[in-house]
Amino acid sequence: MQQSAPVRGSSRIRLDVDAAGRGDRIFEGATKAGAIAILALLAIIILLLLFESRNIFGHQGIGQFLFTTTWDPVFREFGVFAFIYGTVISSVIGLLLATPVAVGAAIYIVEYAPRWLRSPVSFTVELLAAIPSIIYGLWAVFILGPVMRFHIEPFLQTWFGPIPIVGNLFEGTPIGRDILTAGVILAIMILPTIMAISREVIMQVPDTQRDGMHALGATKWEMIQGAVIPYARAGIAGAAILGLARALGETMAVTMVIGNASTSITGSLFEPGYTMASAIANQFREADSQVYLSAIIAIALVLLVIAMIVNILARILIYSLVGKQSNSSRIG
Amino acid sequence: MSHPRRRSLFSLDRQISRRHLLRTGAGIGLAIPASSMIAACESSNAEEDPDTLTTGDVNLTGSGATFPDPIYQLWIDEFRSVRSDVSINYQSVGSGQGKRDFINNVTDFGSSDAYLTDEEMERVPNALHIPTVIGAVAVTYNLEGYEDLQLTGETLAAIYLGDIISWDDPRIQEENPHVELPDQDIATIFRSDGAGTTWIFTDFLSKVSEDWSERVGTGTSVQWPVGFGGEKNAGVMASVQQTPGSIGYVELIYALVIGKPTIAIQNQTGNFVSPTLEAVQAAAAGYLDDLPDDLRVSITDPPDGEDSYPISGLTWMLLRREQEDRELVQALIDFIYWALTEGDEYAINLHFSPLPDEVREIAIGMLEQIEVDGETVFTRPEGA
Repeated sequence: MQQSAPVRGSSRIRLDVDAAGRGDRIFEGATKAGAIAILALLAIIILLLLFESRNIFGHQGIGQFLFTTTWDPVFREFGVFAFIYGTVISSVIGLLLATPVAVGAAIYIVEYAPRWLRSPVSFTVELLAAIPSIIYGLWAVFILGPVMRFHIEPFLQTWFGPIPIVGNLFEGTPIGRDILTAGVILAIMILPTIMAISREVIMQVPDTQRDGMHALGATKWEMIQGAVIPYARAGIAGAAILGLARALGETMAVTMVIGNASTSITGSLFEPGYTMASAIANQFREADSQVYLSAIIAIALVLLVIAMIVNILARILIYSLVGKQSNSSRIG
Repeated sequence: MSHPRRRSLFSLDRQISRRHLLRTGAGIGLAIPASSMIAACESSNAEEDPDTLTTGDVNLTGSGATFPDPIYQLWIDEFRSVRSDVSINYQSVGSGQGKRDFINNVTDFGSSDAYLTDEEMERVPNALHIPTVIGAVAVTYNLEGYEDLQLTGETLAAIYLGDIISWDDPRIQEENPHVELPDQDIATIFRSDGAGTTWIFTDFLSKVSEDWSERVGTGTSVQWPVGFGGEKNAGVMASVQQTPGSIGYVELIYALVIGKPTIAIQNQTGNFVSPTLEAVQAAAAGYLDDLPDDLRVSITDPPDGEDSYPISGLTWMLLRREQEDRELVQALIDFIYWALTEGDEYAINLHFSPLPDEVREIAIGMLEQIEVDGETVFTRPEGA
């Protein structure tokens, strides 16, 4: 009995290990399949875009496609630079307007707001993320556009127009269907993304950091500046990048207010613009020649590449900030 | 092998999935307006009649232009009371996509506001263009207190080229002696999404203005020299209403329903004509002497017809002359013949302009050309 017991025990254990091992392998295989599927999907998308856009690169050089601003389906000249410009500028405006508001709101919710106010404020801001973009678009067409045209844009023009260089941004007749309006609507749309992530990141800052600063006699503002923000910096940067990524790809609302004209790049924010996503949405259905269709698919390819570049830059930015953060927290 | 087709793996795949989608009608619910849903319910009640239990024996699929979509859906519903065994699924995916689907043989019929280009005809040499209704583009504007404006095509082109920038430009003033036009900037507004409406509008401008045809040309999307774009008819109309001093163009139906001021345009006989259904029909009639046999023609700027409105265009159904499935083709021809001969009343109710009789005759003549195994399918009913 005494001899057989350990044997039986060990064999049972071995059996369990085998069973567990099989389950493990199945589980591992399933997760691996998921991971491979995602990579394969991305590869298929890129391959398909490359394949379907091949006609355009036979029709004209890649340099002409990327760096000229004439997009003329009638005379078969396809240059996407104005679309790239419109996409990048409107997204950056959105990012610049949204980030301070979103981070400020996040700090207020975590550090200042009375407990009973936190949930309603967070909830309201996050509700903005649930609104479909077509509704933002309609709102922008009927409310925001006229407000920009009759109030905000003339105001900006009066106050900043005379300043050299900066004034160039506010030249031309305000029409309310322009790059600036698109930037404002994008800012509103990416606000909840940046706010929600920043809030989570700020909440992750250990209380010991805060207590340490307070113990040194710091005021609340000094504590936030010295302990919270350095600690949360990488996360906030990541939040902003996620917002930017969303802005780059946003289609419907931007299409409805940006004016969709790409004749020239003047540098003024009051000029109508065109984004890559809206060019695809506007022109795909009616593209009536092989070259035209493949030029539109090539826009999708360029948009994908730009989105990837933004994500890679974001990674680099976050890694560099995380490095500094460990230094600063040691000093703090 | 009588119809050799070269397809890549990708396009074949796409065709199968699209065909499947079209056949099963997946995802159609949203595309069909509520009124036709109600009509469909009514007709399904009628199916309880034992004679009509065969509903769904023949399934026809078509895709293409959005412009005639309301009238096609209505015709399809009404046609069920004529042949209840035929169900037709039309998707308004846009003329460009409709042409692609037709060329790739994904659909039984295509639909387009623009005829197939020569390049496209090479891929489907046996394509027939059967006109169904006539559309037109109305030019609307926002200039409070100024009514009954009129323009020549050349002046309209100069405005959209950015050569005329103010309403009190002598060229506009000269054409409108009855009013004193204000010193106000003109904001030009165009359709930002690719559209047959834009095609008809730019085609007209290309015909009347050499400058336009050289600098911009004709297309569903063009490189606009000035102005900004609105999404679809509604977006253009909203932009015009919000922008004092603006000018824009929309489908005639849209302008008629909304009831906004339109500009009378000068036709080749020298008359300024406002867009109405009659004036649009007159435009097609004004082209009769110049109609090619295949009806691949733009009827903008017609040479004849004192009352013709010059920014008009046909919309077509695209069919193949040689077909394989007799039952399917018979159903398709029955539908189109019925629509051409009995469908006018429905068209007028929806503000679509029916074909003039002469054009209708040519269209019916095309149905007679359709063959299965070398035999024609359609014979005109006696007395018709």
